[in-house]
Amino acid sequence: MAYPKNYRYTKEHEWINVEGGLATIGITDYAQHELGDVVFVELPKPGAKIELGKSFGTVESVKAVSEIYAPAAGEVIEANGELQNTPEKINTDPHGAAWLIKVRLTNAAELSGLMDASAYEAYIAASGKEASA
Amino acid sequence: MRYLPKSPAERQEMLAAIGAKSIEELFSSIPDRFRLRATLDIPGPYSEAEVIQYFKDRAAENSKGYTSFLGAGVYNHLRSVVTDAIIQRGEFLTSYTPYQAEITQGTLQAIFEFQTLMCQLTGQEVANASMYDGSTATTEAVLMAERLTGRQRVLVARSVHPEYREVLKTYAKNSGLRVEEIPFTASGTVDANALQAAVKDDVAAVVVQSPNFFGVIESYAPLVDVTHTAGAMFVVAIAEGVSLGLVRPPAEADIVAMEGQSFGLPPSYGGPFAGVIASRDRFVRQMPGRLAGQTTDSEGQRGFVLTLATREQHIRREKATSNICTNQALCALAATVHLALLGKEGLREMAEQNLSKAQFALSELLKIPGVRRTFDAPFFNEFTVELPRSVKIVNGHLLRDKIIGPLALGTPYPQLTKHALVCVTETTTRAEIERFANALKLALERPI
Repeated sequence: MAYPKNYRYTKEHEWINVEGGLATIGITDYAQHELGDVVFVELPKPGAKIELGKSFGTVESVKAVSEIYAPAAGEVIEANGELQNTPEKINTDPHGAAWLIKVRLTNAAELSGLMDASAYEAYIAASGKEASA
Repeated sequence: MRYLPKSPAERQEMLAAIGAKSIEELFSSIPDRFRLRATLDIPGPYSEAEVIQYFKDRAAENSKGYTSFLGAGVYNHLRSVVTDAIIQRGEFLTSYTPYQAEITQGTLQAIFEFQTLMCQLTGQEVANASMYDGSTATTEAVLMAERLTGRQRVLVARSVHPEYREVLKTYAKNSGLRVEEIPFTASGTVDANALQAAVKDDVAAVVVQSPNFFGVIESYAPLVDVTHTAGAMFVVAIAEGVSLGLVRPPAEADIVAMEGQSFGLPPSYGGPFAGVIASRDRFVRQMPGRLAGQTTDSEGQRGFVLTLATREQHIRREKATSNICTNQALCALAATVHLALLGKEGLREMAEQNLSKAQFALSELLKIPGVRRTFDAPFFNEFTVELPRSVKIVNGHLLRDKIIGPLALGTPYPQLTKHALVCVTETTTRAEIERFANALKLALERPI
């Protein structure tokens, strides 16, 4: 699956996409592939504050429960309610319909510390090699 | 998996693999003053015959012919030999908690049946694969409520088992949880007015036990609404599971924490017991421990799996829902076999016998001059009476008559000095109750 050029990526495999002052956050295709079949997602309620680098929710697969870390600080405007009933969407459309939360960012400058698509692809290729070494 | 000691050659091989010349070198980083240089002060080695003789001698030291009126969280109930025959099968007796779920279908099925029975008994939707005991289950229920509500204030009825409250306070001490106690009324029930005044929107959980530590059956239904209005969770603790043969199950509770000892586990030395935690489906992901689930395999056959194990410590480390939620698989199996043998009617009959024998015992004790009933609320198989003399002194006299007397309530509740908590189960005969009443009467008449 291609990594959208306009998204930014974290080392913990979250993506963030800013459009018109509102940021959408999700997990990457690499992350969903590593997790396996997703069975449950735990997300913050609208109004909750998220902090850069801190966990704001969990994704539970048949293998493990993983934390989701905030790529930037902000206030949650909306959580993707669809995922409560269809968490498996994370496996099929992680970069699109299976977004997790929409956030009003506190400081958009925080995004400059993140990777762009080509840097992220290089990053996961390198970690893949490390894992198989 | 077999547990065999290492041979000298294997030790050498392991040392070589990690690059140490000797065991001494391996431990060289430990400062000398912390090293044990003396030989261990243990007897032996013994031959097989000597070991058997040792245990025969110790077993012969067990007392015989005593009648007990002591309960207070541990209850003497009838047990069938069938329970022991089944749990002593090697497949069950020697297996550890099922981390390799697929190859332990029998254990998983037994746990699944246990969960089902616990749901039926408690009126809850989901029960886990067991906890340590009633005290830790109660504490885990509070921690679960803390995670679900994001709040840290907890209201616990003082009529909850004193040791359960101690365990909760131990957990709370360094965790930020604030535990407050709600007093009991002159009837021995939780003070509803005090609870109503205390339950605010910063409360995570309200904990009530029923039958409570005094044996009194709590009418907590109105308190559930108050608790829910404040956005808090209502936790019901149960120390005497047999009561559920008669008492309405705590279906309105958000979480039920129960001691499973009454179901086929002997009251030996205070353990091992089995804790139970049951709750609502929608709270399941904050439940500690694991669940066994029923499913179908690729060939369409019924099979059992571990579900909800992903939040346990071997997977989630420090973020696990609990790090001390060991599954008491063998004890849970004993409870399952015991309850399956009793059946619904059997459990009800057992509970009825407890109730009627306790009622009889109370009426016999009240005939003794100076003995008064402490609380007037309905009770199950335990009740409290006030004696005209120290309970401990009376118990000393009773013990010489081979009667293990009731619990002296003055230790956990200083305001209840001279009050005794009397337990009567289906194992207590009418003759024993009469002998107890007579011995108590004589003990009270003795000059000090």
